[in-house]
Amino acid sequence: MVNDWPVFGTSLARSGLVRSCRPTHQPTRLPAFFARLNDAAKSKVLTLQEYFILAGKSLRFIFARPFYAQDVIQQMDEIGVKSLGIVLLTGLFTGMVLALQSSVQLKTFGATMYIGNLVSASMIRELGPVLAGLMVAGRVGSGIAAQLGSMRVTEQIDALNTLGTDPIKKLVTPRVLAALIMLPVLTVINDFVGIIGGNIIASLVVGLPTSQYWRTVWDQIANGGFVLRYVPNDFIMGIMKPFVFGGIISITACYFGLGTTGGTEGVGQATTRTVVTSSILILVVDYFITQLLLSVLAYG
Amino acid sequence: MVDRPQTPGTERREGDRREDSPASEGRKTAAVRKAIRSELAGDESDADALDGLAADDQTPAAVVQLDHISLAFDSPILEDVTFDAFEGETIVVVGESGTGKSTALKLILRLLVPDRGKVLVRGEDITNLTFEEALVVRQKIGMVFQGAALFDSMSVFENVAYPLREHTKMSEEEIDGRVREKLQFVDLEPDRVMEQMPAELSGGMRKRVGIARGMANNPEIMLYDEPTSGLDPLTTGTITRLIMKLERELGVTSIVVSHDIRSAFRMATKVALLHDRRISFFGTPEEMTASEDKYIQDFLGGL
Repeated sequence: MVNDWPVFGTSLARSGLVRSCRPTHQPTRLPAFFARLNDAAKSKVLTLQEYFILAGKSLRFIFARPFYAQDVIQQMDEIGVKSLGIVLLTGLFTGMVLALQSSVQLKTFGATMYIGNLVSASMIRELGPVLAGLMVAGRVGSGIAAQLGSMRVTEQIDALNTLGTDPIKKLVTPRVLAALIMLPVLTVINDFVGIIGGNIIASLVVGLPTSQYWRTVWDQIANGGFVLRYVPNDFIMGIMKPFVFGGIISITACYFGLGTTGGTEGVGQATTRTVVTSSILILVVDYFITQLLLSVLAYG
Repeated sequence: MVDRPQTPGTERREGDRREDSPASEGRKTAAVRKAIRSELAGDESDADALDGLAADDQTPAAVVQLDHISLAFDSPILEDVTFDAFEGETIVVVGESGTGKSTALKLILRLLVPDRGKVLVRGEDITNLTFEEALVVRQKIGMVFQGAALFDSMSVFENVAYPLREHTKMSEEEIDGRVREKLQFVDLEPDRVMEQMPAELSGGMRKRVGIARGMANNPEIMLYDEPTSGLDPLTTGTITRLIMKLERELGVTSIVVSHDIRSAFRMATKVALLHDRRISFFGTPEEMTASEDKYIQDFLGGL
């Protein structure tokens, strides 16, 4: 009979992981329909609030003692090194298919020499960060949610609490920090492999010389403009995005993992929710970051 | 007649009238020990603690107090629950499944916060502590979880060493010594189990490692959540003896949640019966067997 008590509100606050905000006044009675609407709305807001409290705490603990350096390194291995395989494959084939598709389109204008521009722009600005994010959300996000979820249902989170450790500091912060560091690294690798994939197709299928291809790749990056004269805008955008995505994936996974209720079935639900929510968040947030950076970085 | 839970005050006096009760024995020895210690330290002013023993007996400090606790999730779980645990006592909380026994332990650890009432640990109200302050209070308390809740990414050694590494500045050698001592205390061979992972252990062994981890930091209070559930009768006996040994040799105050009435009676100084969200009986095992209340008799039916 693990976790056999019913849960009121969201479980993070109930278990004291994040401080709950209890109403200090007696609420006025509403008609049943409005009461239900009211409760539903409140629980949504509460979820959002808890999510941000968790995010805030985990980020703040990066700078607070005690540091769990070993956990961070272990998580960097788990999140970064072990995701390398899927990221390499995704990057390679995305670059290849980009080159293939654009070669068909560009041929109608007789502009196949611009394949490099197309591949580099799409990989570095959009597909690299987003695909790396989605792959890591699927592989790592689900793993984190399942691990923390089963720790929750086997009372290991309670045990940590009992032994006087803050589970957020011990479990969440190392994962968030590792994801913040490793996702940009994975994305850079993804971009690079993707551009190489484009190179392969450009020279094999289209017959574009490799030197020409790489020149157009660089042209594209240079065309985007520079920050501080030497740092291409594209690179800034290509690094900022995965940094944010890393935070989204790890915090979402920890949020659903720690909030798991209802035994092994709950673990499954937490995992599914993590992948769905973080994938959607990545795609939505991607749009807004792009919008923001395009105006801030003064492209073109 | 149903024995209603008495207020803390009356309960205290009642307990003290029974001079031969193990609880007051425990308190007395604790007071004697304290006096001897202060005498050794050469502190004259504290030396009269021995003389003050009688006065001490009148108002002994409760180690853990639950003061009119009420808690509800979607439906009420606990209502107006009150009991005190004194120095060196073993309180066994019994009751049917789902009556909120484990919840009571989570309240003492402040893993949950009551809706009404107070929880006091050594006189300190822990209901309104911040999360960080609660972490400090929890270091005084050792908890043994129902499923042992060992960290399955760590070996047995690392599990038992965890509270030491987390909260003490002990050197690796001292930690190694302490872990061995605790594992021996729970009748495990340190050399054989230390490097094993929790998944490789049997249920009884896991529970014993859980006890070793709970007591690693030498806490003043031990809490046990169903320490004997899911174990065979022999292992149940071992665990029960272990809990008694812990109380006898180290003088820790224990609160045990159990529905195993036989082992409960073996180790209990006092028994608290949770029924219908309230404590319907609180007293010694002898008083419980002597009770003529129908529900209590039914509950003890298996004996």
